[in-house]
Amino acid sequence: MQRSKTDLWVGLFVLIGAAAILFLALKSANLLSLNFDSSYKVTAKFDNIGGLKPRAAVKSAGVVIGRVEDISFDDKSYQASVQLAMESKYVFPKDSSLKILTSGLLGEQYIGIQAGYSDKNMASGDVIKQTQSAVVLENLISQFLYSKAADTSTPPATPAATPAPGSTDKK
Amino acid sequence: MSQKKPSFISNLGFAVRQKLVDLGHATRLFMQLLAISGSALKRFGLVRDQIFFLGNYSLAIISVSGLFVGFVLGLQGYYTLQRYGSSEALGLLVALSLVRELGPVITALLFAGRAGTALTAEIGLMKAGEQLSAMEMMAVDPVRRILAPRFWGGIMAMPLLAAVFSAVGVIGGWIVGVVMIGIDAGSFWSQMQSGVDVWRDVGNGIVKSFVFGVTVTFVALYQGFEAQPTPEGVSRATTRTVVVASLAVLGLDFLLTTLMFSI
Repeated sequence: MQRSKTDLWVGLFVLIGAAAILFLALKSANLLSLNFDSSYKVTAKFDNIGGLKPRAAVKSAGVVIGRVEDISFDDKSYQASVQLAMESKYVFPKDSSLKILTSGLLGEQYIGIQAGYSDKNMASGDVIKQTQSAVVLENLISQFLYSKAADTSTPPATPAATPAPGSTDKK
Repeated sequence: MSQKKPSFISNLGFAVRQKLVDLGHATRLFMQLLAISGSALKRFGLVRDQIFFLGNYSLAIISVSGLFVGFVLGLQGYYTLQRYGSSEALGLLVALSLVRELGPVITALLFAGRAGTALTAEIGLMKAGEQLSAMEMMAVDPVRRILAPRFWGGIMAMPLLAAVFSAVGVIGGWIVGVVMIGIDAGSFWSQMQSGVDVWRDVGNGIVKSFVFGVTVTFVALYQGFEAQPTPEGVSRATTRTVVVASLAVLGLDFLLTTLMFSI
C-alpha cells in the first residue's frame, strides 16, 4: 500500500481520539488510582449501612484516609460486613469506633472513624465491632412518633403511627 | 397520487407498501455493506481517505461545540446545584451528562449535519451524473468501491469524535466551574472520579457513539444511493438525511439508555 499525506493526518486524528478516551478513562473515571497507596484491610460490622456504597470514603477529622472496598451481608450475625481499605501511612488504635455519616443534607454517605485509646494499633484483618449504624429516616420518625405517643398517652395515636415504620424497624 | 380519487384505505395501503419497500431496500443495502466489509477493509487506503474527510474535517466543529456545551453545562449546573449547597458535584454532573448522553448524541447530530449531508450530496450527484452507472458498466461495483469505504470511515470516525467532544466538554466544565466560578478543583475532580465508572459510563458511551456512527453513516449513504437523479432529488435526499438521521439517533438513544442504564 502506498503512503500518502493523509496517513499522517488520519494518524493524528486517531491519536487525538485515543487521547480523549484515555483522558475520560483516567481523569474522569479514575481507572489508575484504584490502589494509589499500599493499604491494610479491616472489616467492620454494621447493623444498618443505609445508603453506603462501595468506594465511599473513610474519613477521620474530615480527611479521607481510606475507602470502602466491599459490602456484603453476614448471615451469621445478620449484620452488614463492610471491608475497608485504609491507607498504610495512617494507623489507628484497635478500639477505634466507626460510624456512618452523611455529607450535607442530600450528600453521599461515608464512614467516620473516631480514634480510641488503646495502645495497640489496628492491623490487617481486624474486625471492628464498635460501630454506629446509618441514620435511617423512617426509624427516626417512628422513634419520634413513639415518644410523642408516650408523652400524650392517648391510645388512638399509637396504632395509626406504628404499622409502617414498625415493619422496617429491627430494633 | 392518482386522478381517480382513491379511498383513504387504499391510500394508507399504498403508503405502507411504499415504506415497506424502502425498508427492504435499506436492509438489502445494509446487508450488502456488511457482507463486503472484509474486502472493503482490506483496501484500507480508501477507508483512510474517508476517515480523513469525515473525521479530521469534523474535528474543529466537534471540539468547539464540545467546549461550549461544557461551558453551558458548567454554568447551568452550578446555578442549580448551588441551591442545594452541593456545587462540588458539578464535576460529576458535567462528566456524567457528557459521557453518557450529550457526547454521543450531539456528536451524532453534528456528524449528520457536517459529514452525513456531504456523503449524501456526493453520492446523489454521482448518481445524477451517472457516474455510478458508468462504474457498473466497467464491472466496478459502486457499493464496494464508493459506499463501503465511506461506511467504514464514518463508523471509525464517529466514536473518536464523540470521545473528543466529551473530553473537551469536561475541560469546558472545568474552565467555568473551577477557573471562573472558583469551585474547589480537588472536589471537582474527586466527585467526578468517584461517580463515573470506566465500563458502565465511559464504555457505554463509546458503544452508543459506535451505534450512532453506523446509523448516521448508513442513513446518509442510503439516502444518497436512492436519491432521484435530479437536482431537486439530491437536495431532498440531503434534507432527508438530516431529518431521518437525527430522529433515528434520538430514538435509538432512548432505547440504548433504557437498555444500558436501567438497573
